[in-house]
Amino acid sequence: MLEYDVVIVGGGLTGLRAAVELCGRCSVALLSKVHPIRSHSIAAQGGINASLANNPDSKDDNPEKHTFDTVKGSDYLADQDAAELMCEEAPHVVFEMEHLGCPFSRFPDGTIAQRPFGGAGYPRTCYSADLTGHALLNTLYERAVAMGVRVYYEYVVLALTVDEGICHGVIALDQVKGKLIPVRAKATLFATGGYGRVYYHSTNALINTGSGIGIAYAAGIAMKDMEFVQFHPTSLLGTNILITEGARGEGGYLFNNKGERFMERYAPKAMELAPRDIVARSIKTEMEEGRGFESELGAYIELDLRHLGEQKIAERLPGIRRFCIDFVNVDPVYKPIPIMPSQHYSMGGIDVNMRCESAVKGFYAAGECSCVSVHGANRLGGNSLLETIVFGKLASRSIAEYLEAHNIRPDEKALLRTQAQVEEKMRRLASEGNEKPFQVFDELRRAMDDLVGIFRTREELERALAKVAEVKERYRRVRVSSPALHMNYELIAAMELEHMIDVAHAIALGALLREESRGSHYRRDFKDRNDVDWLKHTLAMKGPDNEPIISYRDVIITRYQPMARTY
Amino acid sequence: MNGEIYTFKIVRYDAQTPEKEPYFDYYRIRVIPGLTVLTVLQRIRDELDGTLAFRSSCRSATCGSCGMVINGQLDLACRTQVGSFEDKTIILEPLPNMEIIKDLVVDMTPFWNMYEKMEPYLICESPSPEKEICQSELDRKRMDQFVNCILCACCYGACPVPARDPGYAGPAALAKLERFVLDSRDERPDSSLDKINDEKGVWGCDTMLRCIDACPKDVRPTDAIVSLRKRLVKNKFRRIFGRNEAKGER
Repeated sequence: MLEYDVVIVGGGLTGLRAAVELCGRCSVALLSKVHPIRSHSIAAQGGINASLANNPDSKDDNPEKHTFDTVKGSDYLADQDAAELMCEEAPHVVFEMEHLGCPFSRFPDGTIAQRPFGGAGYPRTCYSADLTGHALLNTLYERAVAMGVRVYYEYVVLALTVDEGICHGVIALDQVKGKLIPVRAKATLFATGGYGRVYYHSTNALINTGSGIGIAYAAGIAMKDMEFVQFHPTSLLGTNILITEGARGEGGYLFNNKGERFMERYAPKAMELAPRDIVARSIKTEMEEGRGFESELGAYIELDLRHLGEQKIAERLPGIRRFCIDFVNVDPVYKPIPIMPSQHYSMGGIDVNMRCESAVKGFYAAGECSCVSVHGANRLGGNSLLETIVFGKLASRSIAEYLEAHNIRPDEKALLRTQAQVEEKMRRLASEGNEKPFQVFDELRRAMDDLVGIFRTREELERALAKVAEVKERYRRVRVSSPALHMNYELIAAMELEHMIDVAHAIALGALLREESRGSHYRRDFKDRNDVDWLKHTLAMKGPDNEPIISYRDVIITRYQPMARTY
Repeated sequence: MNGEIYTFKIVRYDAQTPEKEPYFDYYRIRVIPGLTVLTVLQRIRDELDGTLAFRSSCRSATCGSCGMVINGQLDLACRTQVGSFEDKTIILEPLPNMEIIKDLVVDMTPFWNMYEKMEPYLICESPSPEKEICQSELDRKRMDQFVNCILCACCYGACPVPARDPGYAGPAALAKLERFVLDSRDERPDSSLDKINDEKGVWGCDTMLRCIDACPKDVRPTDAIVSLRKRLVKNKFRRIFGRNEAKGER
C-alpha cells in the first residue's frame, strides 16, 4: 500500500499544475495511466485566453470582458462567479507559466503574442505557434522534474474508495508489474480528462475514455451537465485530427461546394469566428442540405488558408500544415483542407464547486473531467487550457487548506474492500462470457455519434437510451483474452468500458430530459432556449438500482442576465 | 471491401516470462488506402489478439507514444501509412536501445533518466517581473526546432552510441539541454555544461545523423550537439584566458 497526503490522478496540465503547487508542502503522488508527457493536454493547439491586452487591437481588454464573452459563449449556463474567478486569474497564470519557461510566441515588442479566437470580443488567445498545449505541458512537466514530484506512470486508477462520506484514496493497477496497488491518501484529486472517446468521431486521444468521471460516479459523486458535448467544427476528414480554431483565427475561410462563405447566413458579424457550437451546426446544416463535398470518407467542407500565404502558414500554423501533409496529403498552402465537425470537448463532468470540492470530503476534481461550471453549455476556444491551469492551482489550494483544518485518517480497511471488488471484477472479465469488449464499445460509440450528436430529437435519444440499456446488459458477458494484469491493455479497456457506458447513459438521459436548445445541446423538437424552465444544471447520481437519478441545480448569476445570443 | 491484404509480422516477447525468446507473430489484414500502422495495430488488438501490447494515445504524431521500428525505419506508427510500403509484409519491432517490457512496449527509464540529468527546465534566479519576461521574436525562433521535440525516443532508438555505452546521454536529452541554453531567459552558468563535456555527453556522438533521419518532427539533435560542443570549446578558451565565466554569451 502506498501512503501520501495527496494523490493526484492524471498527469496532464491540471494534475501537474496541482502537483507543482503542493510538492514540498505535503507528500504528493501523481498517478498517470500514461507518462505525463503523453497526456492529451499535449494536443491542444490554438492557445490560452487571458486579457493581457498585448495585441494592438485589444488595448481595452480586461478580465470583465473576458468573463462576459465566456458567459455569453456558455449560453448563460456557466456559473458566473466561477467564470469571473477564472478570467480574473487568467493573466496571473499565463505570466506564471511564462516565468516557468513556457516558450510562447512573441509580438515584435517581445510580449506574449495573442490571436483572435471564436466568440471573443478581442484577440486574447496567447499561443505558442499551433502547439500551445505541447509548450505548456512540457513546461509544467519540466517544473515537476525540477521539484522532484513523485510520478507513478502507467498506473491506471480503477476505483475510488469513499466510505461514510469521506474519500480514502484509490486502487491503481501498476501496468508494468501487473499488480494492484491501493493508495491511501487524505485527499484525492481527479484530473483525468474528458469523455470524448464515448463518441466514434472524436478529436480526442484514445486515452480520453472519461473513466475517471465514471469511477467517481460509481463511488457516489454526481456527474453534472453531461449532455453538453462540444463538437469542434474543424477536424480533419477521416482521422478527425483537430485543426485548430487558430486556423480561422489567423483568417481562414469555410467554403461549401457552391464556393460560398456560408457562415454569412448563420453569423453575419462573427463569420468563421462564431463560437464552436454555432459553426459546427452551420457546417452540419450545409452538409445535410447537400452543399458539402462528397468523398469515400464521407461528406466534408473546405477550410481554405491559401490566401494567408506560405510564410504566415509556416510561422503560425506549422503543425497544421504537417498534419494535412502527413494524414490527407494536402498542403494547405496550395489546397483547401477537407474538414468535418466531430466530438471535441466535454463541458460536463464531475460535480464540483469553484473550490474544486465535491460533495465527498477529501475528494476533488479539476480540469476537463470536472464541471465547475465555467463553460456552461458551450466552451470558448482557448478557455480549456486556461481552466486546466487555473483550477489545477486552485484545487491544490483548497486541498492544502483542507489538510490543515482537518485531522484525517484514511481507512486502510475500506481501501482493501475496494481492492477486493476490483479483483473480483477482473476475475469475472477473464473467466466467463462471450462478448468481445471492443465489439460492445464500438456499438456504443457509434450509437452516440448517430443518435446523440450535433442535432438531437426525442425519438433518437430514446433509441440511444435503448442502446445503452442493451450495451449494459451485454457488458455482463464481456470477456477478455487473458487474465494477466501485466501490460494487458484489453483488460484495462474492458474495465474502463463499464464507466464509459455510465457516462454515455448520463449524456443521453440528460439530453432527452432537457427539452430546449442551449449551446452545444440542440433539439430539433425544441429549437429555442428556455430560461424559465431550463436555466439550470443537470445532476446525475447513481441510484440504488445502478440507474442514474436526475436532479437539477440553479445557475449562479451575478452580473449578466441572459440575453439573446447572436454573433 | 476494397484494399489489399498485408501481412504484419510483429515481435512478441514478455519480460515476465524471459525464458521464452522473442518471436514473431503474423497477422493478415486487409488494408484500405489511408490506413495507418497504428490503426492496424488497434484492429489486431481489438479483433484478433487481445494480448498484443503497444503504446498509443493521440493518433496525430503529437504525444510521442507509438515510436517503433517499421520495416527497419524508426517512426511513429500513427503517422505511417501502410500503403506507403511497396512490400506487402510489414515488420514491426520495438524501439532499440531499451529493454522490452512486452511486445512493442519498451522500458523508457534510461531515456527519462538522461532527460532528467540535463536539468531540463528554465533556470532563472532573477526576480520575476510582474508581467512576462520579454523575449524577441528572433530569440524565440532560435529555440524553435528543439521546442518541437515530442520525446518519442525515435532518435534514442536510432542512435548507434547507447548500444555500446548505455551511459551516453543520447540525442533527445542533449537537444532538450540546447533548448534551454538557447533560451534568452535562462541563466544557467557555463559550468552547468561540464556534465556533458565528455564521452557520455556531447563528445560521445558519432555524428552519423541517424537521429535526424529518425525524428518525426524535423528536429535535428545533431545541431544541438554541435552547438553545445562549440560552446564548451569557447568556454574552455575563456577559462584559459581568465575571462568572466559566470554568464554564457548569448
